[in-house]
Amino acid sequence: MTQLTNTPLTIAGRNFNSRLLVGTGKYKDFTETGAAIAQSGAEIVTFAVRRTNLGQDADAPNLLDVISPQRYTLLPNTAGCYTAKDAVRTCRLARELLDGHNLVKLEVLGDDHTLYPNVVETLKAAETLLTDGFDVMVYTSDDPIVARELEAMGCCAIMPLGSLIGSGHGIQNPHNVRLIVEQSSVPVLVDAGIGTASDAAMAMELGCDGVLLNTAIAYARDPLRMANAMKLAVEAGRDAFLAGRMPRRQSADPSSPFAGRING
Amino acid sequence: MSTFNESTQLTLNGEPYAIAPGLTAADLVEQLGLGGRRIAVEINEQIVPKSQLAATSLADGDQIEVVHAIGGG
Repeated sequence: MTQLTNTPLTIAGRNFNSRLLVGTGKYKDFTETGAAIAQSGAEIVTFAVRRTNLGQDADAPNLLDVISPQRYTLLPNTAGCYTAKDAVRTCRLARELLDGHNLVKLEVLGDDHTLYPNVVETLKAAETLLTDGFDVMVYTSDDPIVARELEAMGCCAIMPLGSLIGSGHGIQNPHNVRLIVEQSSVPVLVDAGIGTASDAAMAMELGCDGVLLNTAIAYARDPLRMANAMKLAVEAGRDAFLAGRMPRRQSADPSSPFAGRING
Repeated sequence: MSTFNESTQLTLNGEPYAIAPGLTAADLVEQLGLGGRRIAVEINEQIVPKSQLAATSLADGDQIEVVHAIGGG
């Protein structure tokens, strides 16, 4: 029997067995966050950086108590930043927050209606962050030329959207995602738009190295079960990609032999 | 420079915030009940490393951000 071998996902020199990356937003509470993320099998977990609430209960639980930096590779994002300057400041705060950890998810948004990436500001921020020693995983549009520029600058992962953040519309332009996969030497992850397991499987079947999602699990009726579904979908999609799908045909091709039929 | 100021006026997380004169960034963090918590501090758009908080004096007009990790994608 053939041994099925799996290669790790390597991002900026770090190896990961799971190709599913998950966010920590929109959950009912920290208990659900922790349980869903554990069920997903994800090893890389994103979070946001925000002002502390002054006068808050100092004993209130903290996200990092649930998502331990010892257990997970934490990926601070720059969600909510609309300029390169704010994104760079946020990354520097995150690095201080995590004692020098330099892997970040850069996203610079264009407007709050679409949350579409502002690629001009994204390129500017990437340049500053790379000069400052960050490993930059970058959220971007599904434009292969922009993706190529970001890789040439030195970003360690290219993360095109499948569709709008939080929309659950899946991968709207699989052809572009495939173009990006084919041209890239660094990992390509679909980030944003995944709605259900088949979307995650599709990303992997297109040859993506991983999938980053949040809302699809957090807003499922049963987040734990969807976390499991996403884990399996990413594994299944990866296996299907490695297996190499059968060619598509215009006509039928019987699976049972033609010869020896009783009506022959 | 006046030595008679009764308080130092800061902007803390976007809001006006008065503290006693002569406090350091570490004192402010303690006063906020955030001592020992996983936070990061920026003063006038420059990161102040944890190791430097106690050596950083606060002055009138300082713009201070104190942030932490929250759920996000």
